[in-house]
Amino acid sequence: MLDFSFAPGTFWFEAWVARFSLLNGLWVTMSASALTILFATLFGVAMGVALAYGWWWLRLLARIYVDFMRGIPILVLILFTYYGLSLFGINLPAYWAGVIALSAFATAHIAETLRGAVESVPAGQMEAGKAIGLRFSQRLRYVILPQALRRMLPPWVNTGLEVVKGTTLLSIIGVVELLLTNQQIVARNYLIVDFYLFAGLLYLMINATIAWLGARLERRFSYLRY
Amino acid sequence: MIQYYFDWSVITRNWGLFLEALALGLGLAVVSLLIGSVIGLAAAYARVSGKRWLSGPVWAYVEIIRCTPLLLLIFFVYFGLPEFGIYFLDKTQSFILTLSLYAGAYMSEVFRAGLASIPKQYVEAAKAIGMRPWQRQRWVVLPVMFRITLPSISNNLISLFKDTSLAAAIAIPELTFVARQINANTFRVMEVWLTASVLYLATAWLLATLLRQVERRYATIR
Repeated sequence: MLDFSFAPGTFWFEAWVARFSLLNGLWVTMSASALTILFATLFGVAMGVALAYGWWWLRLLARIYVDFMRGIPILVLILFTYYGLSLFGINLPAYWAGVIALSAFATAHIAETLRGAVESVPAGQMEAGKAIGLRFSQRLRYVILPQALRRMLPPWVNTGLEVVKGTTLLSIIGVVELLLTNQQIVARNYLIVDFYLFAGLLYLMINATIAWLGARLERRFSYLRY
Repeated sequence: MIQYYFDWSVITRNWGLFLEALALGLGLAVVSLLIGSVIGLAAAYARVSGKRWLSGPVWAYVEIIRCTPLLLLIFFVYFGLPEFGIYFLDKTQSFILTLSLYAGAYMSEVFRAGLASIPKQYVEAAKAIGMRPWQRQRWVVLPVMFRITLPSISNNLISLFKDTSLAAAIAIPELTFVARQINANTFRVMEVWLTASVLYLATAWLLATLLRQVERRYATIR
């Protein structure tokens, strides 16, 4: 177990030997999470607006997409994307296939929360915007979205945490992220408990940071409700 | 874009395998939900007990489980527990243990919210007619809480069902594992993954519909 001597076969030695692969794994996990959150937020907000205000056929399409994504396990989606994309002649590295699958999944979740947030903005706000002669895009930009995005913040942070946890599934298609890095190290030195605990601690730290940043954002953007 | 010819015979030939795998996943989810509910209920009572030495560790348990990837927990339990001298779990049992612990953390939050939402007057009324503490819990608090939390419980069941796909990582033959195996053997990528997706979707939808019936049945107070 935890042993503070620095000799081959101890945790600290093995972690030091593997420091570059660990850092690389950490980087892959964090960059995949960040890219996914970025893409999913951009597309998710657009799709959420489409779900709330789109023409009926657009709403229907978005609804089918969201329900499909929410009904299948993320692992199935990742494997489907990974094996399926190559059929269309798109030979992406596993990393990008994984980021695309995770983004597609998180997009659906963000779209659904944004729809909920938009619909929770009182109808009077939209009407007041109309009354003072704002165009639809202006009403959206200046009236609805500022309120909806604030309400969306807590579930958005939760989605971010889910995404970080979801990146572990990329290890199954062979992306050497934090979990797979630890598995490889464990396969070499059999320090099973030490390295899995270590990985868990790292994930805990990443997620705690995101939760803390989220709480700060919420405080920063909260406003007195009338 | 390449030509792709669908060949559904792969699916029809292996249909039994798919269904068996689906049933296994569903079974894993239900068993884990049941065990997880027991853990969650105990944890929720510990959280609201007001005793620091009880609620502190339970808070840590819930936060650690909720911030750790499930796949890591699965590996930790499956590969790590034997290091502590626990050899007797086979992979299915170890997966059920993991998923139950995972479900327990989420269920405890559900139950805690449920316990918090029960009006104080209910307990006072039960006291007034002379019920003992456990009678108050058994006949007043728990039935009401069960009704309030039923929608969250069904949501949890559906997400647990989707989480059983991770059992593929330790070679438990549930739907994702079987789909992956057939995919590797036959290279019928589209057919296999479309079938797996539709099976998951249909089951999740069926579960949601069924549970909504149950909710409607229990929503009325007779």
